[in-house]
Amino acid sequence: MTVPAAVEDLLRTLAPQVLGTLVRRHGAFDACEDAVQEALLAAAVQWPEDGVPENPRGWLLTVATRRLTDQWRSERARRDREAAVFTRERGDEAGPALDEDARPGDRDDTLTLLFLCCHPALSPSSQVALTLRAVGGLTTVQIARAFLVPEATMAQRVSRAKQKIRASGARFAPPPPQERDERLRAVLHVLYLIFNEGYTASNGPDLQRADLTAEAIRLARALHRLLPDDGEVTGLLALMLLTDARRAARTGDDGLLIPLTEQDRTLWNQDAIGEGTALVTDALTWSPPGPYQLQAAIAAVHAEAARPEDTDWPQILALYRLLSHLSPNPMVTLNEAVAVAMVDGPSAGLDLLRPLDGDDRVSGHHRLAAVRAHLLEMAGDPDAAREAYRQAARTTTSLPERRYLEARAARLTR
Amino acid sequence: MKYMLLIFNRPGFVEELTEQERDALFAEVGTIMQELSESGEWVGGEALADPSTTKTVVAKGGQPAVTDGPFLEAKEHFAGYLTVDCETEERAVEIAKRWPDVRYGGRMEVRAIMNDAGTEM
Repeated sequence: MTVPAAVEDLLRTLAPQVLGTLVRRHGAFDACEDAVQEALLAAAVQWPEDGVPENPRGWLLTVATRRLTDQWRSERARRDREAAVFTRERGDEAGPALDEDARPGDRDDTLTLLFLCCHPALSPSSQVALTLRAVGGLTTVQIARAFLVPEATMAQRVSRAKQKIRASGARFAPPPPQERDERLRAVLHVLYLIFNEGYTASNGPDLQRADLTAEAIRLARALHRLLPDDGEVTGLLALMLLTDARRAARTGDDGLLIPLTEQDRTLWNQDAIGEGTALVTDALTWSPPGPYQLQAAIAAVHAEAARPEDTDWPQILALYRLLSHLSPNPMVTLNEAVAVAMVDGPSAGLDLLRPLDGDDRVSGHHRLAAVRAHLLEMAGDPDAAREAYRQAARTTTSLPERRYLEARAARLTR
Repeated sequence: MKYMLLIFNRPGFVEELTEQERDALFAEVGTIMQELSESGEWVGGEALADPSTTKTVVAKGGQPAVTDGPFLEAKEHFAGYLTVDCETEERAVEIAKRWPDVRYGGRMEVRAIMNDAGTEM
């Protein structure tokens, strides 16, 4: 089934709004979520044929409400129990949605939904699946395809996530103020995971996966509209735009990964760079710096260099140092070591890597070996560099990275 | 992260079990598979026919040659696999530890599956 892009966009925008209204009215997040999915599927079939209804939101709400009451009715019949539920049912089953349904409350609903889908009781993969379905309006089939798992597996992940939310007693309400920052960080992390899942996918046959990048940007934009005064939300959107700007340049025709320094910079998307740079530059003037803003700022510094040798490495190093200070993490240290090498020479960078050998989080990681290989190559030690590239190639679980690292090692073979 | 859990066992070991033990073994496998389906970690899996039915293809004088039976007369044979999508490697290992073949002298190997995702460096 192919749905015209305009219809699909409309459906995906309306999905969280309709779900929010339904949950507020009836409670039972999981049943409402199923009902909205069914309404979306019905619309995807009918609208392209019959035309988009005059009040698409009302149409979806009406159909979803009907599905919900049908479901409750059949459950009641099955269990043959008294119908306390029906007292909640409204009389608008067939009629158009009431005016109160299309109100500014929508804005808060989408945010509340995001908080709920990224609930701490859920594992990251469940948070991702549920967010894509309930907020992104994607079908289980689409999500399953994007994550290369069977549809039944993804359906199970979604339904388990909903069960866990119910079991946790979470209500459809914004988190309490003392938890809000942490919960928002979880939401940003989920959007970042979705983005990376799409961005790192190879371009070729896996367009389904690459679509996740666009979806993550769409959700980040929506979140940014809801929370324009949050510097980290702005920073995440900027980071996504600045990273995605390199998409066309990051792989060669043969699918081989091309490192930043060797990319054809004329292929970089200047619109995305302009937007991302403006967003992060602005945010840093009024917001305390956070990890996403700093990563976006680093991406912006890379993006402004027309040639690799024009890169302002001292500036990048300063930003990495600030990032290391704010959120110390061995992966940040790896990147910092590259910047140090560019500013103070490769042996200074290698010095920074040494303590990481004793850090369990990263000691056997292919990234450590890959960065070390790169710095050893810079330092003019091809034998040691080749060994490190090979070690990195053996430990990565990414096929394109393994090809890249093997090619680097081969280049150093006499 | 996806992992393949490779099952190695001694062919025919199931025949030596009592009916009760056999039923228990299959029930145990059924329970684990059910659990993996419900947790949303199940990606797939297959059991293989007895190794005696194997055809082996190797090059002989530059040409592929076919022989009946497995390549190596080993005590243990590759009997099947399951693929799971887990949050951590520890979780995949935990599933492997519960697989009943291990108790009956077999072994499980947990191998990460290569993916097509990659970041420019």
